[in-house]
Amino acid sequence: MLLEVEKIASAYKGRNDMLIKVLREVQPLTNNTLTPEVAKTIANAMEIPLTQVYDTATFYALFSTEPRGKHIIRLCRSASCHLNKAKELLQQIEKKLNIKVGQTTTDGLFTLETCECLGLCDVSPSMIIDDDVYGNVTINKFKKIIGKYR
Amino acid sequence: MVKVTIDGQTIKVKEGSTILDAAKKLNIWIPTLCHHPDQAVKANCRICVVEVDGQRVLQPSCAFPVSDGMVVHTHSQKVRSARSNILELILSHHNQDCLHCPRNENCELRIVAEKLGFNKELRYPLHIKEGKDTSSPSIVRDPSKCINCGRCKYVCDEIQTVYAITKENRSFETIYTTSFGEDLASSPCVNCGQCVQACPVGALTIHDDTEKVWQAIDSDKLVIAQVAPAVRITLAEALGEEPGSISTGRLVTAMKQLGIDVVFDTDFTADLTIMEEGTELLGRLKNGGVLPMVTSCSPGWIKFCETYYPDCLDNLSTCKSPQAMFGALIKTYYAEKLDKKPHDVYSLSIMPCTAKKYEANRPELGRDGYQDIDAVLTVQELAKMIKSAGINYKTLPDTPFDKPFGLGTGAGEIFGATGGVMEAALRTVYEVVTGEELKDLDFKEVRGFEGIKESTVPVGDLNVKVAIAHGLGNARKLMDAIRAKEVDYHFVEIMACPGGCIGGGGNPIKNWEKMANRLKSVYEEDKNLPQRKSHDNEAVKELYTQFLGHPNGHKSHELLHTNYTNRSNILN
Amino acid sequence: MQETRIILNKVNNNPICAKEYVENGGYEAVKKAVQMNPKDIIDIITDSGLRGRGGAGFPVGLKISFVYKTNSDQKYIICNADEGEPGTNKDRVIFETVPHSVIEGMIICGIASGATKGYIYLRWEYPQIYDILTKVLDSARESGFLGEKILGSEYDFDIEIYVGAGAYVCGEETALIESIEGKRGEARFKPPFPGVEGLWGKPTLVNNVETLANIPLIINNGSSWFHQFGTEKCSGTKLFTLCGNINKPGVYEFPIGVKLQDLYAFGGGVPKGRKLQAVQLGGVSGSIISADQINVEMDPDTLASKGMTFGSGSVLFIDDSQDMIDLLENIMEFFLHESCGKCTPCREGNLRLLEIIRKFKNNTARLEDIDTLMDLSSTMMCTSLCGLGQSSPTAIVTCIRNMKEVFTNRIKGEQYCG
Repeated sequence: MLLEVEKIASAYKGRNDMLIKVLREVQPLTNNTLTPEVAKTIANAMEIPLTQVYDTATFYALFSTEPRGKHIIRLCRSASCHLNKAKELLQQIEKKLNIKVGQTTTDGLFTLETCECLGLCDVSPSMIIDDDVYGNVTINKFKKIIGKYR
Repeated sequence: MVKVTIDGQTIKVKEGSTILDAAKKLNIWIPTLCHHPDQAVKANCRICVVEVDGQRVLQPSCAFPVSDGMVVHTHSQKVRSARSNILELILSHHNQDCLHCPRNENCELRIVAEKLGFNKELRYPLHIKEGKDTSSPSIVRDPSKCINCGRCKYVCDEIQTVYAITKENRSFETIYTTSFGEDLASSPCVNCGQCVQACPVGALTIHDDTEKVWQAIDSDKLVIAQVAPAVRITLAEALGEEPGSISTGRLVTAMKQLGIDVVFDTDFTADLTIMEEGTELLGRLKNGGVLPMVTSCSPGWIKFCETYYPDCLDNLSTCKSPQAMFGALIKTYYAEKLDKKPHDVYSLSIMPCTAKKYEANRPELGRDGYQDIDAVLTVQELAKMIKSAGINYKTLPDTPFDKPFGLGTGAGEIFGATGGVMEAALRTVYEVVTGEELKDLDFKEVRGFEGIKESTVPVGDLNVKVAIAHGLGNARKLMDAIRAKEVDYHFVEIMACPGGCIGGGGNPIKNWEKMANRLKSVYEEDKNLPQRKSHDNEAVKELYTQFLGHPNGHKSHELLHTNYTNRSNILN
Repeated sequence: MQETRIILNKVNNNPICAKEYVENGGYEAVKKAVQMNPKDIIDIITDSGLRGRGGAGFPVGLKISFVYKTNSDQKYIICNADEGEPGTNKDRVIFETVPHSVIEGMIICGIASGATKGYIYLRWEYPQIYDILTKVLDSARESGFLGEKILGSEYDFDIEIYVGAGAYVCGEETALIESIEGKRGEARFKPPFPGVEGLWGKPTLVNNVETLANIPLIINNGSSWFHQFGTEKCSGTKLFTLCGNINKPGVYEFPIGVKLQDLYAFGGGVPKGRKLQAVQLGGVSGSIISADQINVEMDPDTLASKGMTFGSGSVLFIDDSQDMIDLLENIMEFFLHESCGKCTPCREGNLRLLEIIRKFKNNTARLEDIDTLMDLSSTMMCTSLCGLGQSSPTAIVTCIRNMKEVFTNRIKGEQYCG
């Protein structure tokens, strides 16, 4: 896995500005987790300090240094979705997946997170799983959707 | 020139000046925290905000440029209220143990709160950042006192290019720390302490070894101290006197009054280093050794080289630093002379340097289960001990250093400034090679605060090409050029700290203005010493005759030379 | 009431296809612009009265002129597609329906300002838009509107997409620039302004998606034509995002100055059985007004004169089943997540505001806490380094001003019974 990370990162040797792109690209390879090893691989391949990788990565909501699963389920918690029962939906999903928000299912498949406004305010409540967006989400719809990722 | 009116007072300033610049000229104090005169503007603390007519919001005086006709109010109701609220926010996220904080005398936050007359009850629940890190022998990191000003990261990244400090997370959770929360001791930190110098509060302080030293003084052991060249320039400043106040004689008196038994002068081993290193250089020049040879007395630089330039370790002189040479002599030659075992003498070192604490623990600097240096005290720590003992430093009489190792020349003394080691070496190498006496001992081209200095010095048949760098950012530039073989120097001096040892992490908190005064005094002291060339040091000559034999000889190699370690795995 | 669609006007069968866009009159403005003097382009835009549509409302012609006037070997146009203001998804709709109008607007700005390189800073949360945009750019290149010597002129201009990584603050132009440079999205202090010293220190024009979509219309139809829409001080239309508790949520285009109560009616009102309680205007960084204040014109100047905000054009309807304190808690949690953490008032202040709101939520607040909210808010609004910290307290401050009982009802053990 680290070899693949190195391959992606070394294409941007010396290009500090491409750091966010590299961090996004390696996400699916690394189970969406930025470990010290992955970070050091990126730092060495791009020839930038490790602190720069850590500094930038820990700023953005997309990245995490905590262990995560194969698929990230992000439920919008912002104003419009909040007014359209996003909190209740979150509780129902927590029950369905048998984990609390922030946790990963025991089979390592799904990590449940909340996120801020997805720009799907016209179809609240909304959700994004990896790169797939969903609006007007109900618990029944969720059950069907989640099957696609198993 | 543009005209600005601040609190009813008008002044003309250069275009591009900030409101803070103009206020300083008018002797109007505006509180600052993240601002540092030797760093780029950050404008993040917001304590310096002022009211500017026509502006919708308050503006940071450290960043906002003056325009012609601008009218500024620094203590209107709006500004006073803002300052108070901002202070309250900072204090609600700050360690409250000021009474036993090592920085409480000159904490910039405390001084701002005091000058602003802050006396409110905090309205918010107290939050304290966790993660105090005492892993490093040199620096203590205490996030509970951090005000997120960024001055430490600036100096570590931009000036020193060590890149040991990172920011983590955002919003309220933002902290300055190491990558993945690793111990400072395991990070790329080279212990130079410039972050301690930059920090306005007690978030970064010097690892305190005073208690350890008091215990040694209280014990039966013979406490033998050595005092670095820069210490006589900065110790008085640490005790409240003007920057650059020389107190060579008084510091010996003070140390004796503390109970230290013997006080030697590291200038002595600085001279010894010149003999060893000069001989080494001439050897490399004659026998085609690795060039350029690079000085090795700065432990922050050594760790930097071992981490970032492990392929250049053969360039380093094998000479130990003057501190390390002294430690070896104290524990072997001197202890033996006194008929004492190494464990019965306590080898203490007074340094302007935080990295010396790291150096003292290096496994190469000892033998038979003991280290050559038992403790290193920085100038700041010695000053605290002197104060706590009730000693009135200002009025002390002078005492000379003890014999036989209390004798140092001006060449040894200038080690405290950038270019000093180079100049000392040139004074000796020139006379030894040419056999002629130098008409002028002052090598002015190697002096001063320019980041990288170069010079070519005709020494007999050879034009010796030298270079000097101070501050690790400049060292990096020089080493990149050396590694790429773009330059053909013979001899290079590198100091980790900007300005050299007078700018060391263990000195009183500095800025370039104070540094200029310290620098002046270094060369003043040199001029006033009876001997100014290392090879004229009678005590050094005596040591060779009695004990070492000759420079780079067998005994020298055993006790006064060392080797280095590839530490690049820290980066992997 | 009917929408006034000038931006969402011609929606083609295949919005991605440049050829189809051209067939329906698209890229005519670029064809005009390459023949015009840059100064004349700027004058038309200035005369049109076009103001930024992202929320700040800065005169666009003036902004372009800053970049035009600054000498540099390289200049940049940035399309701010980091639409992160909760309650706003108009830019998403523009990209879904008329993406080429934005490209056209960027090219024209490039010609007017002397920039040869453009970036679209797209939030990562719009992956579906990323796919659309890559195809749109390829299509525009194929048709000769991007690349070297556009349409045989002396102008080079090409566009690259830069995808974000989840930070609302990157909608602020200087934080956006920091992000493109690969760093944390921390706002920079101004001056210097991006128009003089922006991306990699070069003169940079940063404009919102909707702003750029307006530009081809103005070049094609002239500045007087644009003035027939909107008000005297703020011409043109606005894409309003109606959301929250509303029957017909969505993005609708109306002239600036449309009445809020007409928008409410157009949106079909709150769900059956409920009453309107409050409205938040301009996003979560905007003002909260009570239901009896909705008789107001939706233009920046009228709203500002009444202490209300226009912002991104978001209109969040809140019905009477909602707990306002609970909404305020949600809003402050948003700002707590999104503050970049650089400056003291915002980094420290958002949490402190949230802590006090939570005291109201669990009925442990005291009367003084309202004073503290106002006092801290006032400091944040006038000392924060960027717009985020300057506007995050707005919801609280306006709610206290317009609906004080929401707070006073929760003081001294008054139990909340929703």
